[in-house]
This record gives sequence, C-alpha cells and structure tokens, in this order.
Amino acid sequence: MNLRRLLAMAFKETLQIWRDPRSLAIALLMPAMQMGLLGYGVSLDIKRVPLCVNDQENSQLSRTLVQKFVASDWFRIAETLPDERAVRGAMDRGACAGALTIPVNFSRTLTTTGTASVQVVFDATDANTTDIAIGYAQGAVALANQDVASQWLSGHGATAVLTGTVDLEPRVWFNEGLDSRNFIIPGVVAIILGLVGAQLTSLTVSREWERGTMEQLISTPVAALEVMLGKLIPYFLIGLFDAAFCLCTAAFWFQVPFRGGIGTLVLTTALFTLVVLGIGYLVSVRIRSQLGASQIALMLTMLPITLLSGYTFPLDQMPGPIRAVSLVVYARYYVSILRSVFLKGSGVGQLALPILALVLYAGAIIWIAARAFRKRLD
Amino acid sequence: MFERLYVMLMKEFLELRRDRWALFRLVVPLLIQMVVFGYAATFTVSHVATAVLDLDQSQASRELVSHFVATGRFDVVDVAGSQDRITSDIDSGRAVVAVVIHAGFARMLWNGQGAPLQVVVDGTNSNTALIALGYISQIVTQFQASNTIQSLSTRGGAAPLTISITLQPRPWFNEGLNDRWFFIPGVIGTLTLIQVVSLTAFAVVREREVGTLEQIMVSPIRPFEFILGKTVPFFLIGLGDVALVTAVGILWFRIPFVGSPTTMLLGATLFLLAALGLGLLLSTLSRTQQQAFALQFFLVNPLFILSGFAFPIAAMPQALQWFTLINPLRYFLVVIRAVFLKGIGIADLWPQLGAMALLGLAMLTLSILRFRNSLD
Repeated sequence: MNLRRLLAMAFKETLQIWRDPRSLAIALLMPAMQMGLLGYGVSLDIKRVPLCVNDQENSQLSRTLVQKFVASDWFRIAETLPDERAVRGAMDRGACAGALTIPVNFSRTLTTTGTASVQVVFDATDANTTDIAIGYAQGAVALANQDVASQWLSGHGATAVLTGTVDLEPRVWFNEGLDSRNFIIPGVVAIILGLVGAQLTSLTVSREWERGTMEQLISTPVAALEVMLGKLIPYFLIGLFDAAFCLCTAAFWFQVPFRGGIGTLVLTTALFTLVVLGIGYLVSVRIRSQLGASQIALMLTMLPITLLSGYTFPLDQMPGPIRAVSLVVYARYYVSILRSVFLKGSGVGQLALPILALVLYAGAIIWIAARAFRKRLD
Repeated sequence: MFERLYVMLMKEFLELRRDRWALFRLVVPLLIQMVVFGYAATFTVSHVATAVLDLDQSQASRELVSHFVATGRFDVVDVAGSQDRITSDIDSGRAVVAVVIHAGFARMLWNGQGAPLQVVVDGTNSNTALIALGYISQIVTQFQASNTIQSLSTRGGAAPLTISITLQPRPWFNEGLNDRWFFIPGVIGTLTLIQVVSLTAFAVVREREVGTLEQIMVSPIRPFEFILGKTVPFFLIGLGDVALVTAVGILWFRIPFVGSPTTMLLGATLFLLAALGLGLLLSTLSRTQQQAFALQFFLVNPLFILSGFAFPIAAMPQALQWFTLINPLRYFLVVIRAVFLKGIGIADLWPQLGAMALLGLAMLTLSILRFRNSLD
C-alpha cells in the first residue's frame, strides 16, 4: 500500500467523475428528487375512503347513520346508488371502495326487535385498506349506536347503569399521531442511499474493461487494494454528502422527530455507505460488461432493499425462510437503526446488534472485493 | 423496408444468443424474485408480540387476556411483573403491544363504573399499530358483549336493556382479506417493468459507446426501423416474462384468476409498449451506459413506489397524484388486479388500457425523434 499511488488513483477517479457532469448531477440531484417524490408519495394514511350509499329507507335514522360514516373524515360519499343492483356495477367500475346498504325496514326493525343490521360491501382487492376501512365502519356504527341508545333510553324514561363495560385507553408510543410518514421516511432515506451508492460504483471497473482503459491501468504499478480504495474514496464522499442531505430533509423538511444522537447517526451512516459502495464495487469487478453489471446491481438492490428491509413490510410477518433471506439484506439493519435513532432515540448500546451486523458486512465485502480484483487481462 | 427490419432483428437476436448468460440472467433471477417478494410483500398483522401486565389477577382479567390470545392476532411473549418491565419491553422492541390491567379491574367492571384497560402500542410502524388498535377495540367490544349478557342474566332481566345497529361487512373479490392476492399481481407488474426497462435502457447507448452506432448510421436503415428492430425482441422477452411470473402467481401462490386471458394479454401488450418506449427514451437521452443506468435507477424506483403497488394513490398529495397519470405501471396494476380478482373485462378497463396505449405511442415516437436528432 502506497499512499502516493492511492491518492493518484483517487485523483484519477475524481477527474473522471468531474468530466462526466451529467452523471455527477444525477448522483447529487437524484437524492433530492427521490426525497421529494417518495417523502410525499409514500403514505399509508387511509382517509376519506370513497363510499357509495344505497339508502333504501331514507329516514331520519338512516341519514344519521350515513352522517356518522362521513364524520371524522373516515369516508366520503362518492355516489348515491338507486338500488342494490347498482352496487355491483359501482364496484366493478371502481367508483367506490365500499358500498353501504340500508334496508327498507331499517328503523322499524330496530325499534321492534332491538337490533337491525346494515351491510357494507367492500372492494377487498386492496386487503390492507379494506381492513382499515372495516375498522372505520365499525367506528361509525358504534357512534350511531351511542346516539340511538341514549335516545331510546331517554324515550323510555330509563337511566342506564350498564355493567360490564371496559374503557379502553390506547397509548401509542414513539409515533403518537400514528403518522405513517414518521414510520416510512427514515426507511426512504435508507432506500435512496442504498440505490445511489450501488449505482455510483457498480460500473466503475466494468467501464474500464469496456472502454479498454483496463490494460493501461494494469500496466501501471498500482496495487489491487489501491485501485479499490482509490475508486471508493471519491464515491464515499459523494455518498456521505447525499446521506447528509437526505437526513437533513427528513428531520427539517418532513419534520420526522429526531430523538437520538448525531454521533450514532454519523457512525452508522458511514458504515452503511461503505457497505453499499463495496457491494457495487464487487459487482463491477465480477462482471465485465456494463449491461450485465447494471442488471445485477439493480436486481441486488432495488427490490430487496424495498421489500426485504422492513421499510414498508414488517419483517416479523414474513415466513421463516424469507426472514432468513432478509438477514443478508444489509439495508434492514440500517432501516431499523434509523427508525430507532429517529423515533425512539436509541443510542449505540441499544443498537449494538444491527451495528455489529453492518461492521461484519462492511469487513466481509471489502475483503472479498479486494481479493476479487486481479490485475490480469484474462 | 421489411428486409432491413428483418436484418436488424437478426442482428439483435444474434447478439442475445452470443451472450451465453443472457437466458440465465433473464429467467432465474426473475423466478427467485417472484417467489421471495411474493412471500415478503404483506401487511398482514398477526401474532403480534404482546406483553401483559395483569395487576388484578381476577377471573375477568384472565378471561380478557384469553380473548386476546384466542384471535391468533396477538402472541403473549412476556408476562410482565411491573410497569417498568412493560416500558423496557416496548423500548427494546421485544413487544409491540402491551396490555396493562390495573388492580380493581373486575370490581369496576361489575359495579358499572367502566373498568379501565390500558393498552400501549409501539407506533413506529404506524400501519401495524393502526390495524392492531382496530383488532384490540374489536376484542374489547366482544369481551364487553359476552359480559353484558352475563351480567344481565345474573340479574334475571329479560327485556333488552338497549338497542343497537349491527354492521355486516362483506369484502368482495377477496373474502378472506388475504393481502397476498393484492400484492402478487403487483409484484408481477413491477418485475416486468424493471426487467424490460433495464434491458432497453441500454439498447441504443451501448451501440453508441461500443462504437457500432456509426456503422448503423452509415447503413441505409431508417430511425423508425432501427427503433422497431430494438423493440421487437425485447417485447417478446417481456411477454415471456409476464407469462412466466403470472404462471408462478397462479400455480405456486394459488391466486385466483377469474378474468379472461385475452384481457390480460391486451393489458400486458400495451403495458410492454409503454415500458419499452420508456426504456428506449432513456437510452436515447443518455450518452454513456453509466448515465442510462443512473437515469433508470432514478426513474424506476419512483414509478414503482408511486404506482399504487403498496401505497394508495388516493393518500398522495394532489400534485403527486397528477404525476402518477404518466406512470404506465399505475394503469397496469389496476388492469392486472382486476383481471385476477374481479374478472371484469375491456368494458370497464378501457380508460386504463387507453392510457397505456397513449403513453406507449408517445414515448416510442419521442424516442424515434430523439434518435433521429442524435444522428445529425
């Protein structure tokens, strides 16, 4: 290892980055665009679910019930349907996510038998949204029931002493408003860094092969390790810049509560950047055509990072073998670190396990990549 | 014209055949991804790690806890001895939900005061937390219902104390609310998009970088024929991809396919045209493969995230909703989900199909124009 040769290599790589301003612009602007698009676009807050209403009775009671669905922004009325047959058409067209049907004898059935049912048909294609919407519908009916019950009791001159009631006191910790943005944005930062990093380095060696400059590089006295470090240093700086930008946007623009320490954040971010760049470099060394390298890099990063990192889909709900696969998805450690540092304010001590995983990962990748590059032409 | 096009196609297929690993790279990763992501993409909330602190130790409190366990939604991972233990369970992530039953729960339940039940939920994952809270309130409602009847019968009252409306939720198209049925069609569309765009994004720029574009320029081939020659092989590959992953979805994941294969084929064809157009446009916009690659990374991820794959488009800000109108994946996901689960046909899906056709035409035309410009 020779410092002069290492610096020369880093200088050459920097020059190359500098001379391709379009790629540099993409590397610097991409995180900004992605933060904007994903930060705003990624939301699971389901509100104002479009509801079609088929009120066959149209009484005061039925209108009160419909009103409860629209209250608190759970549902909005998309269409009023004339009869039950129209429900199918509306669902097929996708005009609404749910259709409420109130039967003709609704009020009379309720007062004579003490109970009456209304039906809500849901387009359950999106099971998650439906699950939440069913919860909302139950909430709306419960609200209506409070009104109905108190009217009924006062109408009969009775005072209610109901036994057996439980007052549920839910407390939500770490993300008090259940704002999905606070949950997802730290993950978005990890995704963007993972993608940018792999994109930066995954063509750096195969490009030399394809352009024919590898022969020149091999004829110089530079050592394999110096090539690797020299190539990684400038990208590492770009990666750190991108990371700082994304993290600041998350904390200051999107106002995700930041409760942890800056030191923990810097340490883990640097580690993660190293892992990501190392993976890109490894792909680049192994695959000599730029097309092949880019396909492998894309395949190794985009979907695994988005689907197996726990950034949207909770890892603990996946089947065992898939959970085992997710252990090699390095982004999962960084996603959980970022989330804990931001929302829970965890320090290095509590995060020892994921940090250790990242350290091991970085070490292994760098070691393999250093050995994979041979200064030989065949 | 046909002769030149034929020669161009031969050249493309030859190039594919020369690449020994091409077939392997096209099929194996696709299959692996389909299976892994088919299992990974789920919002299901079940077996949530739950800590219980029962300070009442009464029959009622034990019954309440058993109501939680009976649903299969909550697994008791820790029977805590103190409030501090509950705090550390949630802090460390050992438990996501904590149920705290205070002393005097049973007494307050029976004398009509309303027994307080404290539930702590880790809101880090807001979606899981929201759904878990919904389940918890259902469980509590059931518990109340069973106890109200009990208390009524012990008092010998026969008349209904109060009246109530009941809700009958009927989830159509997916009665079991199985969210794999929702996500797997989405995975099919996404994998196809990524595969096709990543193949075509390099199509033109590679010729430029390797230096063979000059040779093509001096040949009598026209820009239109050149782009078409680049499109057809990738279109066939894309169609094969769709067939392959759809087969995995139906045969392996057992997703019902109630619609017509013709609608699916039409949807896939139009979607592939749009995806190919996008890839070629990227290719003509880049000078080096590095740029094409970066552009593709830069575009495909937002297309995927902003397609309604997991995040409802209705939950996005208005400006972004407009942006999704130029996203072909958005339309294809509607079509593919509708064909799989709803079984509706072209009569209901024409807006989506039309939009994809327009997008495809626009992008292919743009890339031909761009290519012609770059020739001068």
